[in-house]
Amino acid sequence: MFLILRKKVLAPTVTQFDVKAPFIARKRKAGNFVMIRVEEGGERIPLTIADSNPAEGSITLIVQAIGGTTKLLTSKGAGDSLLDVVGPLGNPTPIENHGVVACVGGGVGTAELFPIAQALKAAGNVVHTIIGARTRELVILEQEMATCSDSVTVTTDDGSYARKGFVTDALKALLDLPGSGVHAVYAIGPLPMMKAVSNLTRTYGIATLVSLNTIMVDGTGMCGGCRLTVGGQMKFACVDGPEFDGHAVDFDELMKRNRTYVDMEKITDERHVCRLTAVRQEEIR
Amino acid sequence: MSAVNPLKPSQRMKIPRQESIEQPAAERSINFLEVSFGFDEDRAVLESQRCLECKEPYCTDGCPVGIDIRGFVTLVLQKDYVGAVQKIREANYLPAICGRVCPQESQCESLCVMGKKLTPVAIGKLERFVADYEMKHQLFTPPVVTERREEKIAVVGSGPSGLTCAAELAKMGYRVTVFEALHAVGGVLRYGIPEFRLPKEILDLETERIKALGVEVYTNFVIGRTATIDELFDEWGFKAIFLGTGAGTPTFMGMPGENLSGVYSANEFLTRVNLMGAYRFPENDTPIKIGKAVGVIGGGNTAMDAVRTARRLGAERAYLIYRRSREEMPAREEEIHHAEQEGIEFLLLTNPLRILADENNWVQGLECQRMTLGEPDESGRRRPVPIPGSEFTVELQTVIEAIGQKPNPIIQATTPGLATGKRGTVVTDAQQATSRPGIFAGGDLSRGGATVILAMRDGKVAARAIAGYLQGLNSPPP
Ligand SMILES: Cc1cc2nc3c(=O)[nH]c(=O)nc-3n(C[C@H](O)[C@H](O)[C@H](O)COP(=O)(O)OP(=O)(O)OC[C@H]3O[C@@H](n4cnc5c(N)ncnc54)[C@H](O)[C@@H]3O)c2cc1C
Ligand SMILES: Cc1cc2nc3c(=O)[nH]c(=O)nc-3n(C[C@H](O)[C@H](O)[C@H](O)COP(=O)(O)OP(=O)(O)OC[C@H]3O[C@@H](n4cnc5c(N)ncnc54)[C@H](O)[C@@H]3O)c2cc1C
Ligand code: SF4
Ligand code: SF4
Ligand code: FES
Repeated sequence: MFLILRKKVLAPTVTQFDVKAPFIARKRKAGNFVMIRVEEGGERIPLTIADSNPAEGSITLIVQAIGGTTKLLTSKGAGDSLLDVVGPLGNPTPIENHGVVACVGGGVGTAELFPIAQALKAAGNVVHTIIGARTRELVILEQEMATCSDSVTVTTDDGSYARKGFVTDALKALLDLPGSGVHAVYAIGPLPMMKAVSNLTRTYGIATLVSLNTIMVDGTGMCGGCRLTVGGQMKFACVDGPEFDGHAVDFDELMKRNRTYVDMEKITDERHVCRLTAVRQEEIR
Repeated sequence: MSAVNPLKPSQRMKIPRQESIEQPAAERSINFLEVSFGFDEDRAVLESQRCLECKEPYCTDGCPVGIDIRGFVTLVLQKDYVGAVQKIREANYLPAICGRVCPQESQCESLCVMGKKLTPVAIGKLERFVADYEMKHQLFTPPVVTERREEKIAVVGSGPSGLTCAAELAKMGYRVTVFEALHAVGGVLRYGIPEFRLPKEILDLETERIKALGVEVYTNFVIGRTATIDELFDEWGFKAIFLGTGAGTPTFMGMPGENLSGVYSANEFLTRVNLMGAYRFPENDTPIKIGKAVGVIGGGNTAMDAVRTARRLGAERAYLIYRRSREEMPAREEEIHHAEQEGIEFLLLTNPLRILADENNWVQGLECQRMTLGEPDESGRRRPVPIPGSEFTVELQTVIEAIGQKPNPIIQATTPGLATGKRGTVVTDAQQATSRPGIFAGGDLSRGGATVILAMRDGKVAARAIAGYLQGLNSPPP
């Protein structure tokens, strides 16, 4: 059992948890993830380790409630426990001093990007961060990102906060800025966003690393459920990635594959929502 | 030991080989309950009477762990079932499991003299009977550990090789810790072999017994990630390590269409169903999705388990697609037979070429080609060769590939100096020692895909070698 030490709501559907997991806290590097199971009978889902505190023996997870398991998770609070947490999994992000880099985060992807931006800054890079969200209240980690970035640009799809538009608009503006000298781009967010960023940077010939959200079961290379095509070759996201060269990834194939269980996920989601509302009603009574 | 069977050999030979009591095929192909109930007492005793109590029991030569088969069968005859299972356990710590899943027909039973002219003694089923008897009547007595030793030993992986190695070392008094990457122990016994062949209750019970010997178990712990092998030595203070991490990484055919929705490796399919309990969706959260028609590619135990599982999940048509003929299938004879009874359609001498998609990117069909058998290849089996112009399409919505697995590379990649062989196996000597002092390995990791009993054999050999190694470390240099 893995104790939840603290819980903090970052945005309406985005929650941060600090979880006791001393072995993982000691070993994790930027880019690693964990597989978790909330309770018996539950799914195993991957979550990026956003931060860690080795002295306390804790790791930080930031999760967006989008379906059954993530909603169940966000219903938990400090003092509750997660049944299983295993990691650190995946390859750490290759961190180099490129000179100038752009870090582009979309939605909860910003949480996954945060440790990478920190590491890139520590390696001596000039870091320009771009955060995108659908609307104002979904913007997360703006202040935290500012601590490790030379500039932070926020975009909202609906223009309710900061710059209206998509992250690719802001990225294009940055790349077009004379003398901006961006040498590498790190992009994490929804697949369509990473695809758009990769298409953009391809025309500029700028190396782009993306972190792929595939379906996963074990997270250790044992099932092949996380497979995708990179440069015409089959790769397993959990052991060969989760980060890949954005210019070589077959995004269209992956987006279709990720829809495999949509109808069944709806059932799980509804079941958990029913159960959670039942619990809440219980509490009210 | 004097013979106790009152029957003359000629009379024994007249007794037909006893058959297990089984769930009828129509019933069982829609549930996940165990297919076979095994022998009842009468059948067990009758079967034991068939044994000729040979002076030179060849049967034992066929058992990788050298069980005294004649000895235990005679105890069954005397109705001393607990004595029989205790005799088995001297050589094999998991009789209820091996009695169910050992490919007996190619091991012990293949050498039984009764099989020369008639049918061999049903050794596996007798083994299962006595183990079940002991379980049912709760007559198990744990071994007494007489000595305590200080050295700590790590066992990586909790499949049959790791569990056996841990149990053997614990019985010698060593302090053993098992590290398992998944959230539950058992390896393939847990995530691969389905409930209808090996009830998880049995595995849970065996695991508890091993823990009762003082073995500590860490689940959710990936060696090479959560801690490396070198950290286990240097920081955790382990003096020796056994690697039993199996061969769990699936391989794919490399044909077009493999990344469509509706294509699984057998490992993913079986893991979802067995480990994650997807057969009870939505009670359990993990989904599994199959179409009306399912095709499983392969001819081994894995393929057989996958296709019979698909049947139980409701596939109206479940095909087994294999490029050689029935004789060449590596699966256990009993499983092939059960699959046939359950209405699995065998497409033999058939080689898949590519997977076809519908407009939603789901599998719609499998294009195949007919094969014929040519000259024997290096494995001694006749090589399948395509028949030109024989292409045809099977209509189906789910494809499951069960064409083989290789070792997971995480430990090999993070352990300097650990020699590996072809297909990523870890190289060992006859004592299961690897190229690095203090590290031993066995099971599918060193064999690249074998059987439960061979994995157990390796775990046992390694346990003795580890004890020898540690005693060597402790004895002053000459
Ligand atoms: C390496 C890796 C790291 C990740 N890190 C984080 C993280 O730090 N924080 C976080 O909130 N999420 C992260 N994810 C995504 C997270 O695992 C999924 O959101 C989660 O599995 C969804 O489970 P669910 O049962 O709540 O939703 P589901 O009901 O399973 O899915 C709801 C919707 O999301 C889609 N979906 C399903 N699986 C994924 C997926 N893996 N990625 C994106 N969309 C998906 C479905 O198609 C469906 O439309 C990560 C994924 C990967 C592979
Ligand atoms: C579907 C299927 C059906 C089969 N049916 C039969 C049968 O009927 N009869 C038979 O004799 N054989 C059968 N086999 C083969 C048999 O199961 C294997 O030969 C046997 O399980 C190998 O045992 P093992 O101990 O080497 O490894 P495994 O059983 O593979 O166990 C390895 C364990 O190590 C863990 N692990 C891996 N990497 C790490 C790591 N880095 N850190 C920590 N833990 C790790 C894994 O999670 C796993 O639990 C079958 C195999 C399959 C897949
Ligand atoms: S362990 Fe397997 S090979 Fe040995 S006697 Fe039992 S069934 Fe036969
Ligand atoms: S070879 Fe067959 S008949 Fe002879 S002792 Fe073994 S089991 Fe009995
Ligand atoms: S999640 Fe199973 S192999 Fe990657």
